Amino acid sequence: MSEPAIQIKQASVVLGGHYPALTDVTVDLPGGKVVGFIGPSGAGKTTLIRSIVGRQRLHGGSITIFGLPAGSPKLRQQLSYMTQEVSAYADLTVTENLRYFATMFGIPRKDAKRTIEQILQTVDLSPHAKQLVGKLSGGQKQRVSLAIALIGYPKLMVLDEPTVGLDPVLREQLWKLFRRLAAGGTTLVISSHVMDEAERCDDLLLIRDGKLLAHGSPRTLCEQTGTKSVEQSFLKLVGEKL
Amino acid sequence: MSIRKTLSTAARVMNELRHDPRTIALMLLVPCVLLIVLRYVFNDNQLIFDQIGPMTLGLFPLILMFIVTSIVTLRERKTGTLDRLMTMPLSKLDIVFGYALAFTAIATLQACLAALTILGLLGVTVLSGTMPVLLAAVAAAFLGTTLGLFVSAFANSEFQAVQFMPAIIFPQLLTCGLFAPREHMAKALQWFADVMPLTYSVDAMKQATTHATWTSTTTRDLLVVFGCGVVALVLGSVTIRRQEK
Repeated sequence: MSEPAIQIKQASVVLGGHYPALTDVTVDLPGGKVVGFIGPSGAGKTTLIRSIVGRQRLHGGSITIFGLPAGSPKLRQQLSYMTQEVSAYADLTVTENLRYFATMFGIPRKDAKRTIEQILQTVDLSPHAKQLVGKLSGGQKQRVSLAIALIGYPKLMVLDEPTVGLDPVLREQLWKLFRRLAAGGTTLVISSHVMDEAERCDDLLLIRDGKLLAHGSPRTLCEQTGTKSVEQSFLKLVGEKL
Repeated sequence: MSIRKTLSTAARVMNELRHDPRTIALMLLVPCVLLIVLRYVFNDNQLIFDQIGPMTLGLFPLILMFIVTSIVTLRERKTGTLDRLMTMPLSKLDIVFGYALAFTAIATLQACLAALTILGLLGVTVLSGTMPVLLAAVAAAFLGTTLGLFVSAFANSEFQAVQFMPAIIFPQLLTCGLFAPREHMAKALQWFADVMPLTYSVDAMKQATTHATWTSTTTRDLLVVFGCGVVALVLGSVTIRRQEK
């Protein structure tokens, strides 16, 4: 295996001065793969994600991405972040949102139009291009948020619960997209609290109470725990620690 | 910092407002209506209104811009769009200046409409002519925008943000010399008024109303107001954190 895309060493975050949101997480994540952060809500997935994209300062340990410390300015050209809540402007149309974020990402004006059209097709939003984001349905808003993360197709895409609340057909389409991106060398970090999504990832981090429970491919995790699904192995791992 | 990104942010903010016509209508028309109401509060006493009217011309833009900016900026902080922007290759100043640019542009429009109402419709004459009055109104609106931007950092909800208006603006309003001459106030309040930007904003308006020529006091007043605005803007960009502790 090549050099890991993301190296996390004893990463710890204490929120509000006392709440340990992340404790001593150490793991190497491979590049060009779909890496899933799996765990119940409140487990620390979002804190780990925010630390990777550089929005959250670590209180211990380190995170290195493509050889640079998380949060370094040079990384801002190389990653995108889709937050858990829909992070787009409700009072702008879909296209206006994409155009603004494309400018902020540094896409040259002459390329912006084509890039945006192509991304809208990818997330199946072309018919809604001129609608205000605030007027769209929940699933459509979610896709706008994802579309913004696709701008510039950076080497690392960090997506916090990208498929929550989407219908099965759409979810299937998006997973195909994720697989295609990974095949092209993009590293995708995807969090989910839905266990059946875990099976689709190349690499999994099971997280609970801010700690890393286990790390490996879905198959390895099942083999190690002697179970048939990621959900079962998660429950077994949690059971052992109780 | 990049000019393209700053202008793009300003355009984005304007676009957001464009899709929200009710907000625009409120921002532009409320000051005019209030001025008209104030005129008839002094129904039999046009002379008093002639003095007080122009002085309030800077207040309405300031207060409205303060509220609008603090809410919009708070929304940006809370909805995740700021999270997203902070992971992108841009400067915090692109965002802050973009906001200031957009809102000051709207405030200028607002000030023009309010000045038109008071000088045209209500027939108030100011000795200095229109230009100093407009400048003072724009300066006041700019100050309101930047203060709103700054205080939004200390609010966790819209409820709190709105409360900052009485907390930050009202003390200045009471002591700025509009309700009672400053030299008649308690010493401590005079000192307070001396260091508060709103005092200078209202004073600039007073200068324009009572002096036929541009005075050095007008220059000082406007410089103080713009200067405080710039300081609030810089402080505002400091309160936007790349990385949360």
